[in-house]
Amino acid sequence: MTVAGVLGILVFVAVLIAMAKPVGLYLFAVYDQRRTFLDPVMRPVERGIYRLAGVREEKEMSWLEYFLALLAFNLVGFVVLYGFLRIQAALPFNPAHMKDLGPHLSFNTAVSFMTNTNWQAYGGESTMSYFSQTMLMVQQFLSPISGMAMILAFIRGLSRRNAHTLGNFWVDLTRTLLWVSLPISFIGAMVLVALGNPQNWGPYVTAHTLQGGTQSIAQGPVAMMNAIMQFGDNGGGFFNMNAGHPYETPNVASLMLQLILGFSIPVGLTYYFGKVVKDTRQGWTILGAMLAMFLTGTLVMYHAEAVGNPLLAHLGIHGANMEGKEVRFGPALSSLFETSTTAVSWGSTAAANDSLMPIGGLITLFNMMSGEVIIGAWGVGLLGMLAFAILAVFLAGLMVGRTPEYLGKKIQAFEVQMATLAMIVPTFVILGLSAWAVTSKGGLAGIYNPGPHGLSEVLYAFASGVGNNGSAFGGLDAASPFYIWTVGLAMLFGRFAMYIPALAIAGSLVQKQAVPESGGTFPTHGMLFGGLLIATVVIVGALVFFPALALGPLAEHFALWSGHVFGGGA
Amino acid sequence: MIKHLGTAIRLLVIFMVLIAGVYSLTVTGLAQLLFPAQANGSLIRRHGQIIGARMIGQSFTGARWFDSRPSAASYDAAASAASNYGPTNPALLKEVKTNVATFLKDNPGVKVSQVPPSMVESSDSGLDPDISPAAAYLQAPRVARVNHMPLSAVRHIVAEHVRGRFLGLYGSPHVNVLEMNLSLLAWRHRHHV
Repeated sequence: MTVAGVLGILVFVAVLIAMAKPVGLYLFAVYDQRRTFLDPVMRPVERGIYRLAGVREEKEMSWLEYFLALLAFNLVGFVVLYGFLRIQAALPFNPAHMKDLGPHLSFNTAVSFMTNTNWQAYGGESTMSYFSQTMLMVQQFLSPISGMAMILAFIRGLSRRNAHTLGNFWVDLTRTLLWVSLPISFIGAMVLVALGNPQNWGPYVTAHTLQGGTQSIAQGPVAMMNAIMQFGDNGGGFFNMNAGHPYETPNVASLMLQLILGFSIPVGLTYYFGKVVKDTRQGWTILGAMLAMFLTGTLVMYHAEAVGNPLLAHLGIHGANMEGKEVRFGPALSSLFETSTTAVSWGSTAAANDSLMPIGGLITLFNMMSGEVIIGAWGVGLLGMLAFAILAVFLAGLMVGRTPEYLGKKIQAFEVQMATLAMIVPTFVILGLSAWAVTSKGGLAGIYNPGPHGLSEVLYAFASGVGNNGSAFGGLDAASPFYIWTVGLAMLFGRFAMYIPALAIAGSLVQKQAVPESGGTFPTHGMLFGGLLIATVVIVGALVFFPALALGPLAEHFALWSGHVFGGGA
Repeated sequence: MIKHLGTAIRLLVIFMVLIAGVYSLTVTGLAQLLFPAQANGSLIRRHGQIIGARMIGQSFTGARWFDSRPSAASYDAAASAASNYGPTNPALLKEVKTNVATFLKDNPGVKVSQVPPSMVESSDSGLDPDISPAAAYLQAPRVARVNHMPLSAVRHIVAEHVRGRFLGLYGSPHVNVLEMNLSLLAWRHRHHV
């Protein structure tokens, strides 16, 4: 580890803290219908959209209606995307003559982009036409907004008293697109072009290389997709190797921009939350707990990667693990990005996760298995963390024998049941599907690396699918029929098993009276609650995965340091 | 639900027009207007012919060139790929052993302990355009000898191309292999060797 490496990580965390308030205030202005500088342009567009689509702006929805609207929008988006992928050969903007996608891959991909996962069982530059990439990008704009709408509804559930409605889904969707997604992506895309991202619709270029060979170089409208891919925490890259590909990330400046874009909304939402519940300490406490876990994970991974591979040291190669890493990023920035991609759940990678050291891989797995709550993607990260907060006050209540309250609302059996459900279903799906994979022919056939690392590949795939992350241990044969369907289902479960209980909690809380704060109220801000929250995430959320992790990355770590390799050869 | 489906379809159509139409066209138009070189792939031309893209690595195997890193994609820029070897995979050890042997054979006088990991381990994209400055300086004596250039001139070319950390904090120092090799050609052209 170098001084610059560690300092860079610390400075980055400081920048995130500094971003929270301005971003949060902007979000507050957008959703509380205060004046913003974009109003003169966007307000007429917004009104026009409502008129065309027949949306009644002032009509609020109950939690069930809100959920059905979201479901309808996701369903339509899925069907349209699936259709376009099936017939892409007949559609325009296909200079590289890409063929139609089959039903399995189209299903997997359409689910993947509709659920904000962006798991890619294909290589972009060798599978997708520019038209298809653009349609994938449409979902990259729209799917994070579903997550955003969920948290808006949930926070309204916490902050409103004796009410029945949680807002209007169509309004939340439209305002987010017009005031947040489109303008920021536009600026991001232009900066990315300036830094070296291509933005053209031309055919692939054939270069005659210096030493006399030829090289076919894929082109495309990379910048416009790259911007929302990162900003929306989508993660589905234009190219197969995603953020590691030099056209997506030509230099370190462009990677830093992508990091900032990816963190901005989830970090800002914590401040927005505090602002809406009229106690910003609540938001800071949540952000503090998230960043403490994020910083720890980053430094642990950086240490493991900087120490490098002892098996290669026996061959005389000393230094950081550079297999699957780009020189311009190096071990420190690669570790920062790979921790971020799993913690914030965007899922694009600037280094090959399959080639991380076992402890580096363990960190990525932990970030996803703890429920994608260490920052997390638009809305769903904070949503998961607030579910943990409800469990934390419940546990604290049990310990001291008080009725648990959160933000002045009594937490009763229904809320705790729903929060527990939101935690159990994903766990069950990850472990159940992994067990199926390693005991079935189809599952075993798709594993690439031998030994415990193979189990890590499988665990990673389902943790990534359920967590709607989208990154992979890339060796796994994601395009094989077994994984294409199981991961496809995992993505659906992960998304909706979270939405339904979360909205049900919101629908229950919104109807409750406020309980006045008294001396007996357990404070849900400050270091004590932050610590309790982290403990709840680790113990309730992640500990259940310990046996699986012991057989995967931990077993590999100890084998590695005692000089073992797995499988034949060498 | 039926009522919601109708609204959903209408909104999706409107949003597709906004995103795939207005946003795509605006970004493309402005990119082509303001940054045409980058927008069209930062291609490098020599004697009117495209010889590559500035940030896309290409294969260099001849002794007169600075070598690129090992690539799992064989530098196919239409199919980027990583090796995905795990740290305990025997295939990784085999790959590194082979790469070390090749590097030592190509660069006589270099000791194995001097070889930077990045020069014998394959990159993420399979298209890494860069190597570390140390990896370039290790190759300088061989490049100088084969090209009949003074060592100082080759080392000067390396030094000229070193890019440091972003803001002094982020990333690793690196040199672009294609640009260094173009400078070698330019030097030899200038000095008629």
